[in-house]
Amino acid sequence: MSHFALKVQNMSCGYGSKFHLSNVDFTIDQGSFTSIIGPNGAGKTTLFRAISGMLSIENGDVFLEGENLKTLSHKARARKIAIVNQSVEAGAMRIEDYVLMGRLPYRTPFSFFETKEDYEIAEENMRLTGVWEKRHKLMDQLSGGEQQLAAIARALTQKTNLLLLDEPTAHLDISHQMKVLNLVRRLNHEAKLTVLLIIHDLNLASEYSDQLIMLKEGTIFAQGTPEEVLTYNNIEEVYNTVVITRSNPMSGKPFIFPVSEVTLREDISKKTTQSAI
Amino acid sequence: MAVLLLLLAVTIIAALCIGEVNYSPQEVLQILFGDGNDVRADILRKLRLPRILLGLFVGGSLSLTGAILQGIFRNPLVEPYTLGISGGASVGVTLVIVFSLEMFWGSLTLAFAGFIGALATIILVYFVAMRGNSVRIQTLLLTGVMISFVASSLMMLMMSITDADKLQGVMFWTMGGLNETNTTLITFISLLSLCILLISLFYAPVLNAMRLGLERATQLGVNAERSVKVLFVFSSLLTGICVATAGMIGFVGLIIPQLMRYIVGTDYRILLLSSFLGGGIFLILCDIFARVIVSPNELPIGVVTGIIGGIIFIIVMTKIKK
Repeated sequence: MSHFALKVQNMSCGYGSKFHLSNVDFTIDQGSFTSIIGPNGAGKTTLFRAISGMLSIENGDVFLEGENLKTLSHKARARKIAIVNQSVEAGAMRIEDYVLMGRLPYRTPFSFFETKEDYEIAEENMRLTGVWEKRHKLMDQLSGGEQQLAAIARALTQKTNLLLLDEPTAHLDISHQMKVLNLVRRLNHEAKLTVLLIIHDLNLASEYSDQLIMLKEGTIFAQGTPEEVLTYNNIEEVYNTVVITRSNPMSGKPFIFPVSEVTLREDISKKTTQSAI
Repeated sequence: MAVLLLLLAVTIIAALCIGEVNYSPQEVLQILFGDGNDVRADILRKLRLPRILLGLFVGGSLSLTGAILQGIFRNPLVEPYTLGISGGASVGVTLVIVFSLEMFWGSLTLAFAGFIGALATIILVYFVAMRGNSVRIQTLLLTGVMISFVASSLMMLMMSITDADKLQGVMFWTMGGLNETNTTLITFISLLSLCILLISLFYAPVLNAMRLGLERATQLGVNAERSVKVLFVFSSLLTGICVATAGMIGFVGLIIPQLMRYIVGTDYRILLLSSFLGGGIFLILCDIFARVIVSPNELPIGVVTGIIGGIIFIIVMTKIKK
């Protein structure tokens, strides 16, 4: 039994004949919190789709807890890997029914209704994520933040060791962003859940993750602790953007300050005037 | 569910009572469960009862197919008729009539031809509308409409080159209706639709997961792609056979599952069964109208479902807006 939760070996994949990811190679330790960062179109979501078996892998291999993804059935895979997507799109479905869908990987062909155990697991996770009180409401009556909490409850109900989250905070305000990420971090600490997160906000990535993987144009550009990855040079090269990096006064983690074009121009002209004097 | 079953029982008895010759409910029950060999009993047993059973199973099947297809494509406007599947089936049936192919397997040839036509259409529509992993709904519906046009043109073509005798056969079949008296065929349809209803219930949890979309259902460990293929085959089987037996009957597969969705919710474990029962009830009711309104003549049942169905649909839509 390997202690890797996920091992991606020299993997290439894409849509049609074009590779969107080439020679991606990394491992995720059991119980770690890793964030994948990179500009739009760098291949973050493609990577997720490949890991979760939605996209066929052209070259290389993906191992989930030591087992090759290619040999796993849909159900076996869904018992190892749970995914929270950017948005939920569950429509007019009761929250309870939605969360119970997390039990689908454990269904036998002839089980028509959920078992008592299914209900218990779903209840536990709805209480944990704080959507229990609203379980009889319809999904589309919830706010975006609550929908994501329900999606996490559904993912937890799958009882996997690995949780993939694809920009779960993209459409949320700062309080809901923190609420969702605090919950995920708590699950990571307390339940020893391995977390792999795609996130655009570099500061949140820095604050919450043990490890960062930075993608650029379908390959891994940098990989390591937030301090190692979030440097001025890396960000300048990958995002083509000028930023100031400092550390968060409380956590000591890197903190990125974006600098607007106007500020930058004023700054440069000030410096030139100063040097002229 | 109990309400639907009760409603079904009432509808069946009403349908047995009403017609060119009227019966009282007591008399109906007496004839059905007792004996009696006069003409009145014969009309009831040999003419009216098979017709009602056929209505139940054809209506149920069309509605079930509509519910399944709406689930797969995640669109409420999808049904055998709007996807062109009925059209494809009718081309198959017309081919058989025009080229007198029914001599091979007897009455089942029509049903088989309907199935092949429906299956070919459903596969064609699906692949035209598929891009990557998602179905483009506009393309889907447009393709469906186009296929219906092409299908009816093909039928016209075949009808125009055939002789008067066969032309009448095609016309007679197109007008549709439940006046089929071949008991083997009726038994066959009944058993088949019950079987497929049962099989589709096994797929209800899969359809439930597909409410989230194909990819998300797959993320949940459902083999969505394979399930879609299986459901396609069964949907075409049902549509093909219904069209071959009762002609083109539109709207049942569209309205009934919609109506049921508002009443019982979107859980397919309940929705499939209620759609089946609801479709059966609806078609039997439509058949009563078709028989009574211009009595002693009959209206084609497709005309009645079209008019009644359309009106119900508009009423429901405006109520929901409020």
